Amino acid sequence: MMAFKAISLAIFKGFLRDRTSVFFAVIFPLMFLVLFGGLFSDQDQAKVEMIEVGDVALFDKLPDDAQKAFDETFDVTRSDDLDAAIAKVRKGDADVAVEAKGDEIVAHYTQTEQVKAAITQGALRAFVDGANVAVSGQPPRFSLETERVEDDSLTTIQFFTPGLLGWAVAMSAAFGAAATIQGWRQSKLLRRLQLAPVSTRTVVGARVTVTIAIALGQLAIFIGLGAAAFGLTLTGSWWMSIPLLVVGTLCFMSVGLLAGAVTATVEGAVNAANFIVLPMAFLSGSFFPLDGAPGWLRTISNALPLKHLNEAMLDVMVRGEGPASALPTIGILAAFALVVTLVAARLFRWESA
Amino acid sequence: MAAGRSTVTAPAIEVVDLTMTYGSLRAVDGVSLEVAEGEFVGILGPNGAGKTTTLETIEGLRRPDSGTVRVLGQPVWPRNASLLPRMGVQLQASSFFERLTAREQIQTFAALYGVSSAKADEWLERVGLADKADSRVEDLSGGQAQRLSIASALVHEPEVVFLDEPTAALDPQARRNLWDLLSGINDSGRTVVLTTHYMDEAEVLCDRVAIMDAGRILRVDSPAALIRALDAPARITVAPGQLTLDEAQRLDGVDEASESPDGVVLVTRRPAAVVSRLAETDHLDGVRVQTGTLEDVFLDLTGREYRA
Repeated sequence: MMAFKAISLAIFKGFLRDRTSVFFAVIFPLMFLVLFGGLFSDQDQAKVEMIEVGDVALFDKLPDDAQKAFDETFDVTRSDDLDAAIAKVRKGDADVAVEAKGDEIVAHYTQTEQVKAAITQGALRAFVDGANVAVSGQPPRFSLETERVEDDSLTTIQFFTPGLLGWAVAMSAAFGAAATIQGWRQSKLLRRLQLAPVSTRTVVGARVTVTIAIALGQLAIFIGLGAAAFGLTLTGSWWMSIPLLVVGTLCFMSVGLLAGAVTATVEGAVNAANFIVLPMAFLSGSFFPLDGAPGWLRTISNALPLKHLNEAMLDVMVRGEGPASALPTIGILAAFALVVTLVAARLFRWESA
Repeated sequence: MAAGRSTVTAPAIEVVDLTMTYGSLRAVDGVSLEVAEGEFVGILGPNGAGKTTTLETIEGLRRPDSGTVRVLGQPVWPRNASLLPRMGVQLQASSFFERLTAREQIQTFAALYGVSSAKADEWLERVGLADKADSRVEDLSGGQAQRLSIASALVHEPEVVFLDEPTAALDPQARRNLWDLLSGINDSGRTVVLTTHYMDEAEVLCDRVAIMDAGRILRVDSPAALIRALDAPARITVAPGQLTLDEAQRLDGVDEASESPDGVVLVTRRPAAVVSRLAETDHLDGVRVQTGTLEDVFLDLTGREYRA
């Protein structure tokens, strides 16, 4: 027990003091979380850019509340040259050019940006109708209340947190295992430990324990930052992500072991791990959903452990699935870890030569 | 000696007809070696002689292709857990946990053997690294790293210690510094086996030296006995201007004389007689006497230049 504690502590301190490892395990994935969280969180449409040609009387006499709505919808620049204004709309520099022909209001727009075209049409019609009602002096007979309903699809942060977390854990587990096995072989520390009265179980157990602790630390940081800064809300069985990450860690450590076993240098091992983990992260939906991917790509992706980890984590962390939903994935990952570890053990050599 | 132990002590290390083959290369070719308890033995040979393979097989890291190795009366292969706490090893590379401080390093190794951290600190002090305790191992100089490595090998007070080229890649000053440390480590009756490719090191530190080349041990004896057995003539150099070549050749006991920029060189098998003659004629100023060295022994045994 004393030996186990000592080795675990040594490995953990070594990790914390390795700026590169910490960067790639924590900071780098968090950068993506911040990037994606910030990039996609502002889903509101940008304002419609309107060129008001000449003086459109309607816009000048809007009631206060209508004026406010108008300002929120449109970003107005003024111009006296209709042709130039229409040319701008055509080039996409503006969304709509509006001119008044007496009481008639003419809006020139393109269908290139359909959403903005629709907003423009709807909004202008509403302002015209409102003005008509006001002129008639009669209160409107019908009114419309709108209420937005959240759609079923996940918000960005909900979708990305589990996937990026899966990628982060895959990276640190695979790199950790690959670098340890190579580094310790190069420095003969493996040999040195072989000559100390500690069992292989103790040494491997310590390395695995530290990697799992790091993975759980990553989980805490991701959930903490996601919830605090980007409004991440977890669903009931999110705690199932803990056993998922534990078995996922074993799985990616086995990948790192394999990378360490088939390469001759620390750099080679880390590169090999990178070569496996990065494409795997892309194909497993860590960075973008694979719903639109072609069938063959999804077939490949189904063979990747990270895909299953990501899916299962999405299910329990944000989709509100029950704890049992993660069990098949835990089984798949455990089987994958076992097979790859056995292969790595067969290929393993004590000496780097 | 502890009560109950037989007066005829079994050898601490007993290697019989050890052979290790890598492909077609016989890295170790029929090596036999006995090391008595408390003895300091050096395995001396050029790079590639098979020293490290021999040492690592004795430590129990490699399975011998043939032959047997017993340490403290027990077989070392397969991995003998009861023997490990009684052995201390320093491998050729600096086998450290990355990014730990010197103190954390030795405390970790101490913990592997169930030794207290107080004891670890004590060893840090003993090898003169107390003021480097909080430096990371990566920031230690070559000599300091070797001291830490040796301290880590000794922290559990093993009975037998194996050191694989502890002074390789050190500058001459750091090497001599380390000798002071090494020469003291078997004072308490500990058995030490060290490999080296430095002749002077083997001569200074070892009770006995096994000269190894091309996988074979050519001879084992004390450095003095090895040199004596060589029966090489001594070379006496007399400073320039003291002696003419003619006078030198007529000196009693001189077999051969020649002139060199350093002075006149006398080759003799009776150096004592020649030196006393020089003393009588008051020619001793700046005299230098060189007897045979281990290098001459090696040259004589292998018939080729020593390539360290």
